[in-house]
Amino acid sequence: MVKYILRRLLTMIPLFLGITIVSFLVIHLAPGSPVTIQTDLNPKMTAEARERLRKFYGLDKPLHIQYYNWVKHLVTLDLGRSFSSDGRPVLDKIKERLSITIFINILSLLLIVLVAIPLGIFSAVYQNSLFDRSTTVFVFLGFAIPTFWLALLLMILFGIHLGWLPISGLKSINYEYLSPLNQLKDRAAHLLMPVLISAFGGLAGLSRYSRSNMLEIIRQDYITTARAKGLSESKVIYKHALRNALLPVVTILGLSVPGLIGGSVIFETIYAIPGMGQLFYSAVMMRDYPLIMGELVIGALLTMLGNLLADISYALVDPRIRMR
Amino acid sequence: MKLETLINNTPESPGRIFWKGFKKNKLAVCGTIIITALFIIAIFAPVIAPYDRDAINTKEILTPPSKIHLMGTDELGRDVLTRIIWGSRVSLLVGFVAVGIATIIGIPLGALAGYYGRSADGLIMRFVDVMLCFPTFFLILAVIAFWEPSIWKIMLVIGLTSWMGVARLVRAEFLSLKERDFIQAARALGGKDVRTIFRHILPNSLAPVLVNATLGIAGAILIESALSFLGIGIQPPDPSWGNMLTAGKDNIEIAWWLSFFPGFAIFITVMGYNMLGEGIRDAIDPRLR
Repeated sequence: MVKYILRRLLTMIPLFLGITIVSFLVIHLAPGSPVTIQTDLNPKMTAEARERLRKFYGLDKPLHIQYYNWVKHLVTLDLGRSFSSDGRPVLDKIKERLSITIFINILSLLLIVLVAIPLGIFSAVYQNSLFDRSTTVFVFLGFAIPTFWLALLLMILFGIHLGWLPISGLKSINYEYLSPLNQLKDRAAHLLMPVLISAFGGLAGLSRYSRSNMLEIIRQDYITTARAKGLSESKVIYKHALRNALLPVVTILGLSVPGLIGGSVIFETIYAIPGMGQLFYSAVMMRDYPLIMGELVIGALLTMLGNLLADISYALVDPRIRMR
Repeated sequence: MKLETLINNTPESPGRIFWKGFKKNKLAVCGTIIITALFIIAIFAPVIAPYDRDAINTKEILTPPSKIHLMGTDELGRDVLTRIIWGSRVSLLVGFVAVGIATIIGIPLGALAGYYGRSADGLIMRFVDVMLCFPTFFLILAVIAFWEPSIWKIMLVIGLTSWMGVARLVRAEFLSLKERDFIQAARALGGKDVRTIFRHILPNSLAPVLVNATLGIAGAILIESALSFLGIGIQPPDPSWGNMLTAGKDNIEIAWWLSFFPGFAIFITVMGYNMLGEGIRDAIDPRLR
């Protein structure tokens, strides 16, 4: 098992380098430069001053040297300094945003797992029942609803018409004066819609996936064997079939990480949540190269971590994987 | 059975069998109707639209739906229904072109990897892994914002970041098909690789690609509308369903219709393509149901 994990970790290194190279090229080959954006509106700016600024950011060097320097710093966990006027280290800027995004994503992953898997499994077990049919319709609608539209609709309904939930930010203005219990309630009320929205896409996908998986498993020979030897139906389903049906679901969870991270741009913008997505959006608008690179790297790392965890848990439960 | 009936009963062609299954499938028929209707709306937009697309009317700013303006007016007094009708052009175009690009990249890469295996396979699939590890939406966002958004760039970038599924699918099909007897026979007869790939394997692996492409159109439309919603897609005053929703968000406390109708249009369109895709899948392979 240790050997398997080590091998898996080693294959991540070239993968990671590949990702950084693609990101670096995409960002630096784009027309225009951060210097123009920062200086365009300043009439006193001279050509020499622009050149100095370029030099200051290291943008005057050839691309491969820039990349080499960037990797050299990365090895010491230094993602460079932001191009924005505060000039703070990129890592610090990301750190203060990362926890809230991860927190929301973990909550929505939990929600997805707790709702989608039972939904899919029961649909499969009671195939063609009323429950199955209505879930199928729900899933079908769920696939087609744009999440940002749903977010707006929920805001209109619960935030504006009913006034039950706050529509933006993470806490109320009077948060500091609330009792601890009310503080918790306030937090929960602010997080409810964002978590729901970020979970929504995965919900439809995963329940559908676990349904088709379970359907396939139920038709396998060993399930027939289990029935033939006289096991009770519940034992057949919940012991023999369920375990095997859940295996591939783990992998899908790992693969859903990039979607969740990408989706954070949308729900954080809509609900004005100061997280990774919002930071990325403003970094892109200001052409803050180091910050964009930093975010892409962290995003890719989280994705690879998700995949790694999925693979490890898969290998733990399925000995056939470890052999390969 | 009489001899004549046997002779007259020529076996049905695969196309006919597909068509029969397709006609019976309610999903597929519904999907086809929705998509056809959308095409008609998009093509005849100038004729159907009740008002001028960009006509600003300061007397009718943010009026709710009424008999005069069925879906209300926006923050500049423009008719929402008219702009939704024009916006359908963006969605249809983006969907088809982006998926076309993804398919054109994905098929040859998948075919190469699946047919030749070994180092070609290793190299291509590692690249696929790299692309799959990106939070793709972040990447699209950065590229579009840097290159100044235009509809052609959006389609190109969505296409360039969504070919991985096609490549994997084609590869898997090739891996299993190339071991089959009829392919082995084609090779044993001395057929060239190019001919074997394009003439014998590819046509047999297109069915899942078609399903994937139909569903991919839905995905591309969703991405375009999300980009436009964030302000880096189609730029106003050109209407797209996504950028209309931005106005909806800005006026969310006073004008629900600005948020509701454009989103509903996206929803119906995406559902149409999903229905069509699922329908085709069922018609091709009833086992998958």
